[in-house]
Amino acid sequence: MDRIPILRMGEFLLVTIQVDMHDQLAMTLQDDLTAAVQRLGAKGVLIDISALEMVDSFIGRMIANLSRMSRILDARTVVVGMRPAVAITLVELGLSLAGVDTALDVERGMRRLRDGVEKSGVSIVDADE
Amino acid sequence: MSTPTNDVLPLRNEHDIVLARQHVRRLTQELGFGLVDQTKMVTAASELARNAVIYGKGGVMRWEALSDGARRGLRLHFIDEGPGITDLRLALTDGWTSGSGMGLGLSGAKRLVNEFDIETAAGQGTRVTVTRWK
Repeated sequence: MDRIPILRMGEFLLVTIQVDMHDQLAMTLQDDLTAAVQRLGAKGVLIDISALEMVDSFIGRMIANLSRMSRILDARTVVVGMRPAVAITLVELGLSLAGVDTALDVERGMRRLRDGVEKSGVSIVDADE
Repeated sequence: MSTPTNDVLPLRNEHDIVLARQHVRRLTQELGFGLVDQTKMVTAASELARNAVIYGKGGVMRWEALSDGARRGLRLHFIDEGPGITDLRLALTDGWTSGSGMGLGLSGAKRLVNEFDIETAAGQGTRVTVTRWK
């Protein structure tokens, strides 16, 4: 069965979408990721869409839902790597992805997730400065 | 040249939606569309193909390469024999949906193309024609 792999990096989950997803695959990913956040107690999810050549309203809705669901499960989601042509098209399509956190690349996305965990004071204690 | 300038693709299931957008990507590349124009047309095709599969209970995508003087373009027809749309104005409103979508399919696709035409009536199926010029 088709599935997009979910990688675990400490308290974060990492997903790289590298195929042109059909609708069922997008739904399966949404379910798998939500389940993984809960099961592993993940604090953040990073979704790399740099390989996606288009995001239509279906995939956009999946991303928005995922972001909302993981927030309810106490994890934040960052979407990284959106191509400029995809961003331009999404805006004209009418999909603003409100509430979805984005970063330009994986490195910045990971930093954003770590900052989020630090701010909430969950697991990182800074030395005196 | 033996490259066809028009053809028909089936739209029966969600795999056909993927095939349709890949086909449109290839066509727009062959026609020399820029990346943003390619992406807009592919995205519009994806929305309309999904409508034909889900609401129209399946149909076809017919495409034709256009040339008008020096201008080149791509026209796509999405044809289904489903229940049709009873209230077209409502169906073209952002955010309105009869199903589980976001209600951006028709209205969004319309914004992504240069020309948009729709023929539909209750029980008569739906035919959406979109054109994008290079």
